[in-house]
Amino acid sequence: MATLVFWVVAIILVGSALWVVSARRIVHSALGLFVVFAMASGIFLLLNAEFIAIVQILIYAGAVTILILFALMLTRVSNPNQDTNPNSKGWLAALVMSALVAAGVVFASTFARSSTSLLGGRTPYGAGACPLPPNNVIYIGQLLYSPTCYSYVLPFEIASLVLLVAIVGAIVIGRED
Amino acid sequence: MDLIHPTLTHFLVLGAVLFGIGLYGALAKRNAIAILMGIEIMLNAVNITLVAFSFYNTVKPYSTFLTGQIFAIFIITVAAAEAAVALAMIISIYRKRSTVDVGEINLMKW
Repeated sequence: MATLVFWVVAIILVGSALWVVSARRIVHSALGLFVVFAMASGIFLLLNAEFIAIVQILIYAGAVTILILFALMLTRVSNPNQDTNPNSKGWLAALVMSALVAAGVVFASTFARSSTSLLGGRTPYGAGACPLPPNNVIYIGQLLYSPTCYSYVLPFEIASLVLLVAIVGAIVIGRED
Repeated sequence: MDLIHPTLTHFLVLGAVLFGIGLYGALAKRNAIAILMGIEIMLNAVNITLVAFSFYNTVKPYSTFLTGQIFAIFIITVAAAEAAVALAMIISIYRKRSTVDVGEINLMKW
């Protein structure tokens, strides 16, 4: 069952990502981006990361997609059918470069010697993974907030500072003066 | 059939393919917002990789601490901040130059 779900979700994910980078009209790319985020959320559910999946839906599929659509609305170009794809030879160089990078990462994660053997890459789905509770939101909360044990309180505070700076910076940059 | 059932390698390859697609979008597209979409796809690919490592990790201290998922949360935070600032910059540029085509935004080019 998980196998079938993985393949369906992965194929839809890669297909919609290709649609995002190949669509001629930018609004179609934005709608494809929504599908990419939703399918990535499905991948996270397969990996027992319920909290990440919900956050993915909330922040990416909800906030970021709407933000991008608003930016598209505010930067309406004179010709709405304008092509966003490259018109020169640049796309070929970009294709070669990204294919090389992807091939390098694939090689490093599959064929390179002892790349994943330490991490249980040969075990079937789920087997050999550490026994996790049915819901790991409690663990994540303890990790993020608990100041007593080994935790991520300080990075969490820094992340909140980053968000504050981003809010103020976005307002200052986007302000009409 | 070991090739069909998803293992860590499957998720890593999926992340690599997504990363390549996003990289192509970030390199080749002309609209600045489309470039931002490519960057978001790349960040998602990295998130998939991190969560997969967190799931298949068998080294006890780190697997109980769910380090990969925590990293993914921080990446999502930074990605949201980055999207907000980048879109504000794009709108600001559009207000001054009336274009979002990165080929025509050449003020800092030499």
